[in-house]
Amino acid sequence: MPIKTEPMTVNIGPQHPSTHGVFRLRVTFDGEEILEVEPIFGYLHRGTEKLAEERNYTQIVTLTDRLDYVSSMINNQAYCLAVEELLGVEVPQRAKYLRTLTAELQRVASHLMGIGFFLQDLGTLGTPLMYAFRSRERILDLFEMLCGARITVSYMRPGGVFFDAPDDFWPALDQFLKDFDAEYKEIEQLILENEIVMVRTRGVSLLPLDLAINASVSGPVLRASGSDWDWRKMDPYDAYDRMEFDVPVATGGDNYDRFWVRIQEIHQSIRMVKQCIQQIEPGPSRADVPLILRPPAGAEAYGRVEASKGELAFYLVADGGISPYRCKVRSPSLINLTVTEHLLVGWKLADMIVTLGSLDINMGEVDR
Amino acid sequence: MNCVLGPDNILYDTLLFRVIYDGVGNVLPCWLSYVVAGIAMMMILVNGVLLGAGLFSWVERRLIGRFHNRIGPNRWGPFGSLQPLADLVKLLVKEDLTPRGADRIVFTIVPVAMLAPVVLVMAVVPFAKDTALANLNVGVLYILAVTSITSIAIFMAGWASDNRYAMFGASRGVAVLISYEVPVVMSLLGVVLVAGSMSLNDIISAQTIPFLLVQPLAFFVFFAGTSAELNRTPFDLAEAESEIIAGYHIEYSGVKFALIQAAEFGAVLTSSAVMVTLFLSGWSGPASNYLGWAWFLMKIGVLAFIFSWIRATFPRLRIDQLLAFAWKFLLPLSIINLFATALEVYFLRDGAGNLDTSDLWIMAGINFGVAFACLLVFGTLIKEKVRPAGPVTGATLTPGEAD
Repeated sequence: MPIKTEPMTVNIGPQHPSTHGVFRLRVTFDGEEILEVEPIFGYLHRGTEKLAEERNYTQIVTLTDRLDYVSSMINNQAYCLAVEELLGVEVPQRAKYLRTLTAELQRVASHLMGIGFFLQDLGTLGTPLMYAFRSRERILDLFEMLCGARITVSYMRPGGVFFDAPDDFWPALDQFLKDFDAEYKEIEQLILENEIVMVRTRGVSLLPLDLAINASVSGPVLRASGSDWDWRKMDPYDAYDRMEFDVPVATGGDNYDRFWVRIQEIHQSIRMVKQCIQQIEPGPSRADVPLILRPPAGAEAYGRVEASKGELAFYLVADGGISPYRCKVRSPSLINLTVTEHLLVGWKLADMIVTLGSLDINMGEVDR
Repeated sequence: MNCVLGPDNILYDTLLFRVIYDGVGNVLPCWLSYVVAGIAMMMILVNGVLLGAGLFSWVERRLIGRFHNRIGPNRWGPFGSLQPLADLVKLLVKEDLTPRGADRIVFTIVPVAMLAPVVLVMAVVPFAKDTALANLNVGVLYILAVTSITSIAIFMAGWASDNRYAMFGASRGVAVLISYEVPVVMSLLGVVLVAGSMSLNDIISAQTIPFLLVQPLAFFVFFAGTSAELNRTPFDLAEAESEIIAGYHIEYSGVKFALIQAAEFGAVLTSSAVMVTLFLSGWSGPASNYLGWAWFLMKIGVLAFIFSWIRATFPRLRIDQLLAFAWKFLLPLSIINLFATALEVYFLRDGAGNLDTSDLWIMAGINFGVAFACLLVFGTLIKEKVRPAGPVTGATLTPGEAD
């Protein structure tokens, strides 16, 4: 006798512990299986792009902090690159290294959080998350030494960085790097070969390479699908042309690979931080630029970086005034979200949560 | 008028009951003193379980704090040990909400229906010499029957809450409970076969060596099955925090929530108590005539610690994998264990049908071999099932070319 069942529509979010912010999914379930998915976002819309038209070029740096609030250094970097292109300013070498160093530290912090919450979504009771946060706290302490802030750093400025690093920053960084190896090894031992993690994530929510490219997905999500596209290699900015690093690429495109790519990228980032410490030389940390910037009217610039979530870009149009005519943000999280439906339909409720975690979206960036 | 309890009464073995009964019987009529003694025992039992649940909630939070590199609750009382009391007060004064669409009666019954089996299980567990409230001759059967009430309570909670997350949690919970009941019963049959009795007292006295050694496979299956029935990670699907928020008890607040939480923490203790009785030779140990309760509590503590440890470490399984684990892994193991035990008992028992200690050692040797082989074979089989063919993807680092 066939059992009569009927589909059930459930709103996952906007208040839900695993949607990484105020994100809502209207999901139609057949039992546990997903039939339809409709992502709904905009709950965190703060009008960043419009606000940017009212601020001067230096003030906009603080707005970029609040986009992807777990990797604000990298947001600063993308914006500053765009402004520097508008003005045609040459950034001093020391500032380039400081930017690379802080951006890589921020990438480690962001990926640690991504990994931690991914495992939280898998159902661990916070242990890997807490392990990850232990190291992340250290990085935030380092940022506090640099600029006084931990999350919304606003450390970079058009033309360089806000301040040179204080003297006690370098020993603290050395100590962090020394401790980090052991701490990170603990996380890896706890989770990387865990049988349940394998069972839950291998082969789940496959993202084929052609779809990933067509949807212009970027970052670790794209690299987990088999492409080695990375702006740090393809179009090196700041000091990345002098850095030696590998791009971790996985070919499966499943949840485990997205997770694995992040794990490996942390190793590469730490490698780059060590190179920065070796190569950095004394010098000015900021180019001589006026306080109020007035790029020429009609100038356009596109500053892009490989952020922790993918390709982050700022498109700026100047009208000769002290604030931009238009500031467009190309946020990786929003574009990575476009493949949600393909990734989720046909999988189960539990997989849906894990897949969202593996995309590592940040709602501050999606809604802007 | 002096009342004397006959040895045929199931409460005869309980020393405390007889003392109260005799004492009160000097002033009251016999039937009334029977009621009074019964209520006194019930008070001890219920409060003991609730106090234990409160204590365990503090211990587990401290432990998990340590696993997390945190401190854990440490504000109230020495090392924060009065934290459960503070939580209780907070939950008691909180508003007790009932959703508008809820089935009020069923919704209200659920917390009691959840707590009742937890307390009832303790009624047959002897926590020292002659201290079981009721020495049932079908103790194992009673435990299995009583713990099955939980699945009904979970379904009631899910149905009455009028919440889709609760419905998810309830359907998951019932599926898990029904599936895991089967291997758990099968694994207990091995223990019953060796002990030759279903009475918990007899099972303890049969354990001249702990049945953990004689029945390792049964212990493994029972432990896994119990943690599934307790809704603890890696089997906590019914209340998966990150997926369906709190599952079947999502709509409960205030004192009802407190009761459900007490039932959950208490269930860990009572399950540990059952496991100690069946596999770790209960209260017996050196000087067990006087220190039986200490041995019993210590063994419970060890098992509860292992439960907390597992909870802090593992991610959660998916519902289909969880059911596959029950039917394809645990059930075959428990059947193998049952057959092996049956054959061993058939060949090793003496004329009167009894097994002595040397027989148990022989069984332990054979069963450890069987358990090792089974876990190896089934583990490999399941590993091949769950791992897609081919090498582990992403095992290469390709240096990207800058252009």
